[in-house]
Amino acid sequence: MAISASTVNRRRSPTLLSRLRSRRYAAYWMVLPLVLMVIGLVVYPFFYSIFLSFENKKETKFVGVRNYERLIRYGTFWLVVGNSFRFTLTAVFFKASLGLALALILNNLPFRGQRVWRGVSLIPWVMPLALSSLGWWWIFEPTHSAVNWIFVQFGITPKPWLSDPNWARVSTIVTNIWFGTPFFMIMYLAGLKSIPQSLYEAAEIDGAGATQRFRYVTLPMLRKLIAITMMFSTIVTFANFDIVRILTRGGPRYTTHLFGTYAFNIGIETGHLPRGAAIALFMFPVLGLAAFFILRNIARGEE
Amino acid sequence: MIRSLAKRKKMKVTISYLVLIPFLVFFLFPLYWMLITSFKTDTEITSLKGIPLVIQSKPTLAHYKKILFGTEFLVWVKNSVVIAGLVTLITMAISILAAYAISRLRFFASQYFGVGVFCTYLVPPTLLFIPFFKVVGSMGLLNTKWALLFLYPTFTVPFCTWILIGFFSIIPRALDEAAFVDGATYIQMLWKVFLPVAAPGLIAATMFAFTVSWAQFLYPLAYIYRADEQVLTAGIYTTLIRGDVYFWGELMGAALLASVPVVILFAFLMDYYIAGLTGGMLR
Repeated sequence: MAISASTVNRRRSPTLLSRLRSRRYAAYWMVLPLVLMVIGLVVYPFFYSIFLSFENKKETKFVGVRNYERLIRYGTFWLVVGNSFRFTLTAVFFKASLGLALALILNNLPFRGQRVWRGVSLIPWVMPLALSSLGWWWIFEPTHSAVNWIFVQFGITPKPWLSDPNWARVSTIVTNIWFGTPFFMIMYLAGLKSIPQSLYEAAEIDGAGATQRFRYVTLPMLRKLIAITMMFSTIVTFANFDIVRILTRGGPRYTTHLFGTYAFNIGIETGHLPRGAAIALFMFPVLGLAAFFILRNIARGEE
Repeated sequence: MIRSLAKRKKMKVTISYLVLIPFLVFFLFPLYWMLITSFKTDTEITSLKGIPLVIQSKPTLAHYKKILFGTEFLVWVKNSVVIAGLVTLITMAISILAAYAISRLRFFASQYFGVGVFCTYLVPPTLLFIPFFKVVGSMGLLNTKWALLFLYPTFTVPFCTWILIGFFSIIPRALDEAAFVDGATYIQMLWKVFLPVAAPGLIAATMFAFTVSWAQFLYPLAYIYRADEQVLTAGIYTTLIRGDVYFWGELMGAALLASVPVVILFAFLMDYYIAGLTGGMLR
């Protein structure tokens, strides 16, 4: 149908034809800057990164998979792998749970209060993470700062927040939860608003209590949104750099490194760019998998 | 019956506010702690007496004076404004054209462009910063702030294009048809019809481009080693941390000052920001 219409047009008026043609060319011109940027600054660097990771430290010789091999044989690398997964899974779990709780609470508030407190709750997300991480770094300072002082007031022994591996991990995760919970809240709150009120009314008529309404109406309606948000957050959390860099620099003894900070340490600080590239590329499978699930969910939503 | 329903509703609101309190304490305490630290004297910061949660001795502006007049802070402010401002302009120019073409015009593989843009948006800065080191070096931009001008659009453009596609595609097609019949060119149509109608989307995208550029930390830290070429985030981190315990006041003051523009922008344009954020993801 569309084709026949355009052939008719083509025969009848050449001016319209040139307009159609210019329409097509116009589109190419319009996406050209984007395409050039993506090819030049995303696609090319990505493949270049793979190439780079096969070179030796001085980048004079092709050494095959040696950088990867070395990494896999080092215990340090596996510390980074383990910590990255622990950091991501724990942080995303807490962010999703707290974000959902907060969204439910805010959704109960009357319009004006909701608007104000929603805005206030978003501040951790809006503030530049590198700068708020400096604040958290100071909060976790063991002798002069807040957390340990509060602990002592409650009779809890002060903790070596950033100098003990496990407490350092807790510190980085808490900072990440602080930063990311508002993002989940804002997504879930938008999702809650899109659930038709009639569903709740129907459930109530059927005698469903508050928990049942949550279990059988809210959760199923938000399922897709929860999945997308968590996957998205997994990517961002897994690839985090600022928090660990500022709070611990990956220490004590490499125990809090994530892929990003470890790649920075090896690639930029010790100057072994090829191995740094290899470390960063190890993130790719996880990121790719998460991206795949997001796209699948979004595509399903469009059906 | 009705009264008990109203009562129940009131009760729900009260409980909700009560549960909200711990969240707000968690969210706001770091900011409060940074704020009071920045007004405390060094002796008070390092003293172990009294309650540290309030300012006990006379508040001081010494840290702020030191930040503004004793460090390169104002240079970093200028660099951050220049870079974030220019990146925002570049981003909006590229994104508006691309989003318009992708959402409205049919061309080769146009249906895959949206997905492609979204995938690019999911590429985190930490994945590609190592090869960028070489790219920036080969362009002769290592150790200058101009390197950031090339790198920041790699994450701002995909995201802004993505949210603009969302805002453009809800504009009724009848509008472009009307403009087309009136003989408008594509650029006129974009300029006279799309941009005014999608203004909230433009505001959201502009804000994102600016705040994300302002907040970036990894790239300036990795490619810039001169204090006078630094931007705020990395400049504060690399320069204001010294080897003793007396830097906390300055550091906290600087971190807060550097956050102010972003938070103010957010305070005024919160609704656009939220619409952009949720719209971009929920579509």
